[in-house]
Amino acid sequence: MKADDCALKVKSLSLTFANGLKIFDRIDFSVDDGERVAIIGRNGAGKSTLLRASLGMFPQSKSEGEWLYGEPMQNISGRKRRQLLRQVGFVHQRHNLVPRATALTNVVHGAIVRYRPSIRVWNQALAPGYLREEAMDLLERVGLADRALNRASELSGGQSQRVAIARALMQRPRLVIADEPVASLDPVAGEEIMELFSRLVAQQDATLIFVSHDLSHAVRYADRILGVRDGRIDLDCSADAKSIDELASIYGDEDDD
Amino acid sequence: MTRPPARLHAFNPPGFAFAVVGLALIITAFNGIDFDLYTIIEGGPRLTRLLGQMWPLNFEALPRLLNSLWITFLMAICGTTLGIAVSLPLVLFAARNLTPHPYIRFVVRAFIALCRTVPDLIWALIFVIVVGLGPVAGALAIMMDSIGFLGKFFSEASEEQDPGPQEAVKAMGGSRLDVAMSVVLPSAMPAFTSDALFAMEKAVRASVILGLVGAGGIGIELKVAIDLFKYETAALIILLIFSLVVSVEQVSNRLRAKIIGGD
Ligand SMILES: Nc1ncnc2c1ncn2[C@@H]1O[C@H](COP(=O)(O)OP(=O)(O)OP(=O)(O)O)[C@@H](O)[C@H]1O
Ligand SMILES: [Mg+2]
Repeated sequence: MKADDCALKVKSLSLTFANGLKIFDRIDFSVDDGERVAIIGRNGAGKSTLLRASLGMFPQSKSEGEWLYGEPMQNISGRKRRQLLRQVGFVHQRHNLVPRATALTNVVHGAIVRYRPSIRVWNQALAPGYLREEAMDLLERVGLADRALNRASELSGGQSQRVAIARALMQRPRLVIADEPVASLDPVAGEEIMELFSRLVAQQDATLIFVSHDLSHAVRYADRILGVRDGRIDLDCSADAKSIDELASIYGDEDDD
Repeated sequence: MTRPPARLHAFNPPGFAFAVVGLALIITAFNGIDFDLYTIIEGGPRLTRLLGQMWPLNFEALPRLLNSLWITFLMAICGTTLGIAVSLPLVLFAARNLTPHPYIRFVVRAFIALCRTVPDLIWALIFVIVVGLGPVAGALAIMMDSIGFLGKFFSEASEEQDPGPQEAVKAMGGSRLDVAMSVVLPSAMPAFTSDALFAMEKAVRASVILGLVGAGGIGIELKVAIDLFKYETAALIILLIFSLVVSVEQVSNRLRAKIIGGD
């Protein structure tokens, strides 16, 4: 597989936390363009850290290379790096909204690299009309149009998650990385969001990487499943190759290696 | 079951030595300044006499004094405003989460520390030489003092903000300025406002003293009144200063409670 065919590729990634915990030791990770990948694994296995580290969010991480759609992400200027990152819509496990900003402002932030000068996307009140409309549209799609002017701190967990999803979509991402995007959603909303992601991938040739503890979601909405355990990629298979029961083994006892 | 440790720690020599040195220092200090309770008690009658001379208050100069007081207040406002205007952009370089480079952070923090360690009276003396006598020198002195205070507290407020939302904006390709303006500024706004109000209170108190070295405001009136033994006027001035400081503190406390309680 050539680096150019990959949406995201990381070679020989190592990461040691400040407290001395060595979570990754030279692991490789890549996702093809247009692929839908589910990442599964127990709590604390390293799923979130893997995704954040492969976008270079840990200054202390080391690797032999990181590529986004074939473009290297190391040893490049800050400006170039920001341009690359713009293509990635990241839905963080902890939502990471600006608590004192309104839902609408948080969604408008998604246009921060797309729109110049970015001063106009620091707050929805300054944003150009078409961006405000686009953001409202996305809020409507995640069912929160009536909460546009509520502060993020006033939203429930599931509502925050939906705002975070709208913000990621506002980037018009080519690659969506969603860390447990439906973990705090009710089952109906969860299905809706997964459908939304699926349509996005199908219609806009996007790539999707999502973390989920819901194995039926993994099987249904992914083409490929990666299992993470103890900072290693323990399982890598096509989504129809394994039954849910077999996948559940990644969650099993840790003493079989 | 593990038993709880002893309530009192055993005798520890370094701690004991530290206490002895500290005590010796305190005793030396009182000796060194010839501190003597008798002198203080002896001064008692003089204080009563002074208080007697202050009464009745002399309201003759009231219009002029009110004007000086007003200028003092304006000086504090201008100084604080300038201080805020300089401190906010400094945060971009002085806060760990926003600075482009640790060396830059070190240099900017050194500058902020300098502003803080040089006493406001010295800043006032310097600016009196630079821009001449008057409230502009006072405002500039307050500005330097506020930079020292606000530069530090704004940066700390910025560093205390949740890193999550900052990481989110960075991960979508936001610049340092984007992170500062779209995440840190709105999140730290209550802290910033509260710090700015403290700076304002501090500035009002400082601006009274700055007048003594000719940097404008009511301070000079107080000095003149005392030098000319016009204690009835001096007492009025002190009352005026007192009411200004207290009202600014009251208003500022109310605003702060509103901001902090408002979420
Ligand atoms: N900043 C940090 N410093 C030290 N250890 C960390 C840090 N962040 C994460 N860890 C540790 O790294 C391990 C992996 O964490 P990570 O968040 O990637 O797990 P996860 O697979 O996403 O789990 P979950 O399913 O609970 O979200 C955990 O043991 C966690 O305690
Ligand atoms: Mg996680």
